[in-house]
Amino acid sequence: MKVGVVIFPGSNCDADCLYVLKDVLGQDAVSLWHQDTALRGCDAIVLPGGFSYGDYLRTGAVARLSPIMGAVRRFASGGGLVLGICNGFQILLESGLLPGAILRNTGLRFICRFVTLRVERTDTPFTNRFKPGQVIRMPIAHNEGRYTAEAKTIRQIQPQVAFRYCGPDGQVGDAFNPNGSVEAIAGLTNAAGNVLGLMPHPERSSEAALGSEDGRLIFESMIESLAHA
Amino acid sequence: MPDLLAPTQRKFGVRSSEFGGRKRSKRSTPHSALRIPHSTESPELLRRVAKSHNLTDETYARIVKVLGRQPTITEVGIFGVEWSEHCSYCSSKVYLKTFPTKGRQVLVPAGKENAGVVDLGEGQAVAFKIESHNHPSAVEPVQGAATGVGGIIRDIFTMGARPIALLDALRFGPPQDRRSRFLLEGVVKGIADYGNAVGVPTVGGDIAFDQTYRDNPLVNVMCIGLLASRTIARAAARGVGNPVLYVGSSTGRDGLGGASFASRELSEGSDADRPAVQIGDPFAEKCLIEATLEALATGEVIGIQDMGAAGLTCSTSEMAARGGLGIEIDVLRVPRREAGMTPYDIMLSESQERMLLIVKRDAVTRITRLFARWRLQAVQIGRVTGDGRLRVREGEQVVADIPVGALTDGAPMYQRPVRRPSYLAKVQHLPLARVPQPKDLGGVLRRLIASPTIANKSPVFEQYDHMVQTSTVVLPGRADAAVLRLKGAARWLAATTDGSGRFCYLDPYVGGQLAVAEAARNLVCVGARPLAITDCLNFGNPEDPHIMWQFKECVRGIGEACRAFETPVTGGNVSFYNEHPGGAINPTPVIGMIGVIEGESGPVTASFKDEGDAIVVLGQTREELGGSEYLAVIHGRKQGVPPRADLRAERVLQQLMVQAARAGWLKSAHDCSEGGLAVALAESCIMDPDRARGAAVIGSRIPLAAARVRPDALLFGESAGRIVLSCARFYLEPLLELANRVGVPAAELGRVGGPRLTITPWIEEPVETLSEAWRSGLS
Repeated sequence: MKVGVVIFPGSNCDADCLYVLKDVLGQDAVSLWHQDTALRGCDAIVLPGGFSYGDYLRTGAVARLSPIMGAVRRFASGGGLVLGICNGFQILLESGLLPGAILRNTGLRFICRFVTLRVERTDTPFTNRFKPGQVIRMPIAHNEGRYTAEAKTIRQIQPQVAFRYCGPDGQVGDAFNPNGSVEAIAGLTNAAGNVLGLMPHPERSSEAALGSEDGRLIFESMIESLAHA
Repeated sequence: MPDLLAPTQRKFGVRSSEFGGRKRSKRSTPHSALRIPHSTESPELLRRVAKSHNLTDETYARIVKVLGRQPTITEVGIFGVEWSEHCSYCSSKVYLKTFPTKGRQVLVPAGKENAGVVDLGEGQAVAFKIESHNHPSAVEPVQGAATGVGGIIRDIFTMGARPIALLDALRFGPPQDRRSRFLLEGVVKGIADYGNAVGVPTVGGDIAFDQTYRDNPLVNVMCIGLLASRTIARAAARGVGNPVLYVGSSTGRDGLGGASFASRELSEGSDADRPAVQIGDPFAEKCLIEATLEALATGEVIGIQDMGAAGLTCSTSEMAARGGLGIEIDVLRVPRREAGMTPYDIMLSESQERMLLIVKRDAVTRITRLFARWRLQAVQIGRVTGDGRLRVREGEQVVADIPVGALTDGAPMYQRPVRRPSYLAKVQHLPLARVPQPKDLGGVLRRLIASPTIANKSPVFEQYDHMVQTSTVVLPGRADAAVLRLKGAARWLAATTDGSGRFCYLDPYVGGQLAVAEAARNLVCVGARPLAITDCLNFGNPEDPHIMWQFKECVRGIGEACRAFETPVTGGNVSFYNEHPGGAINPTPVIGMIGVIEGESGPVTASFKDEGDAIVVLGQTREELGGSEYLAVIHGRKQGVPPRADLRAERVLQQLMVQAARAGWLKSAHDCSEGGLAVALAESCIMDPDRARGAAVIGSRIPLAAARVRPDALLFGESAGRIVLSCARFYLEPLLELANRVGVPAAELGRVGGPRLTITPWIEEPVETLSEAWRSGLS
């Protein structure tokens, strides 16, 4: 699998994603510059976390206008795999590649800690290595992570929800929802299933040394689905 | 900002001949034909400006003598900031010189560059430094703390190091006080806003609360960077004629502070007041980090320094002085944020996210393009000259022309009067007989672990991104020190900050020793071998002989401990004038120490792990209650003498711990500090939120220094040199045997397990209760 990790000015998880893809998983991974207009033959694209363009306006609002996003949009509409993590998720929402929007956390504070997630879908190219309903651990690190959408959209996207924040036994409830996301949505795909955005950081939970290897299954699912494509 | 010791160690002028000599030639100083600056201002105005910079009449006369003429306004400003306490260390230098700075591990010693550099082995090195941003944070906590983070990060990547970690040592008034709460929340938000966006994890530090900091909080930030030991960047001017580049954000009038009054009077119709606190832009800094590291990697950058305190003034004069050369710049070429800025404004501005580079002559276009790719401006504003002068032009007009040696080495140095304060005799006397012994010692423990200084700090550190860069292998709050893996190497880097203002208030000499000893103990508790320190010395007004005595004594204590532990001082910062209406703050040294973990076993954390493991205490317990958290929280007394610091015993304890950790014997290790042995035991039970453990220990097994120690002292006293650890029963014997052989008092106290913490015969508390108390203390 050849993966392109897009670097926007202000991205700060690009090196972490490249490290997991290259050093942990042994994949071919390259960095793509926000002003590039070509994806250099990549099989999958990762939009990493960080604060693209400082996120001074609205998270991801400026990044969606950068030249590379045109190419990413075309790539996605052709069925290419696009993974957006944290700020990358926010950029996907701003770009219209995923439905809905992100608000500030209900606690009005940045939160960095491990959370537990319930895997809602295992038939996507990003989640095929998980078991249905599996409870996994990944860290979050965001100030704006509260997913929201119109009631109608929420009804429509139910089948697209990939991960929900949950308790240790997979139970969903306010006590386990760190940021106030609607229906505890932590990550979702587009209708076609080839674009995934999520607030938690799989690249920070891909090695035993970091306290969890659950995030690696997302990258491994992508590798597997591309191998069979 | 300049380093400790910097001016004393500069070799001004010695190497100039190598680079074309000092001889004036048309080529090396293209504007030598220009006249000397012409000062048109009235002497009265100049004196007022001098006064606004706290320059005395005597010092002003010295400036006139150095120049051989009346200075210009710009020159007064330049001298004012360069000779300020902040930049020149004029009160502290005589004492800082006594610090040990050498060691095999030291690659760049204190004062030579923007930060010290220490060898990690296998071609890797770390640059690290701590700095204060106390006063800005007291005025505007969010931006004050944010720009503190930005400033120290720049000191690190200036060295060519990738910033990999931040630690914050914070001191506030009691959090139940509204103002203290406001400052706490603002400072934490500032650190989070900046550090999180810039992508450098905030992995550790320490927080303490005391009334003394209510109106003058302490915000000390430490940054650590990783670099290849062969590619250390230098902050010296080299090569006459080489271009001087200004890089980064534009210059505004922010940060002119007290000096702005004068400049405003000078530029007619200038704007209303500007805040003295600078505004940080972490996005600009993130781009600056990446672009600067790329630029350094080209090999075309000859010298580099960030613009911190006194911005352009400091960076130009210090780089020139380090290289034994001169620098000439034109302020009209400096990118400015607003119209009407005077040369004075431009030279003294402390706008953030700016760097000064000296590059190879033919590299300007390439370097400029490289920065442009990150949307940062890089503008040539001048050249290196061979005449050893800082020459500032505004177009054709020379507005300052000063020998750089006068600015750096020539600053006035003071041996200020010192006098032992009279309060000491009073506060050191602790009539123990009159301190009642509480009956409910379990209740005391619950209160202590809920006291803000001891309580769980996760409400704070969860606001920091402590995981970015994916090297934080021990999460904050899980061990005595932060631990980072070094990707691709079988070693780990450990770091901590420590320093008790209360101990230093009661005895600054012992307090200084204890600060270093505790930092080292924290490092060995994760299994790290201590390497070196950086220090931030927070004191009151140095013109007060009592304060200066505290400073002198504290430096002596720190120096002795560093010598005993072979952990040299590689740099740091002095912050004086930490005063509030009620007087000075408790003298508070903050020691930032780094260490390395080697071997197969990896880092040790502080929480008990498995049922049945043996619990061992190392070190001896004395009847020492002076300055303890127990006395302060339970009895409302800030009294007594601090615990004794036995540096030799500490050193042996450190070596024992490193050996035991490397051997893989340790399941957990936690140092006994605030709250003593009982709190250390309780914390080891409850620190891991996913896996709380009970423990049963027997009080009579605790090794004592005397036949009898009163129970409250035994449980909550803060005798130094003690560590609570746990190990599989299998390793108990070799561990105790080793301790016995090297002469460290050690005893098995009991076992891990059960739903309670039992310290027979005094305490029996459900782990759940303790955990709740600890977790609610600061939320």
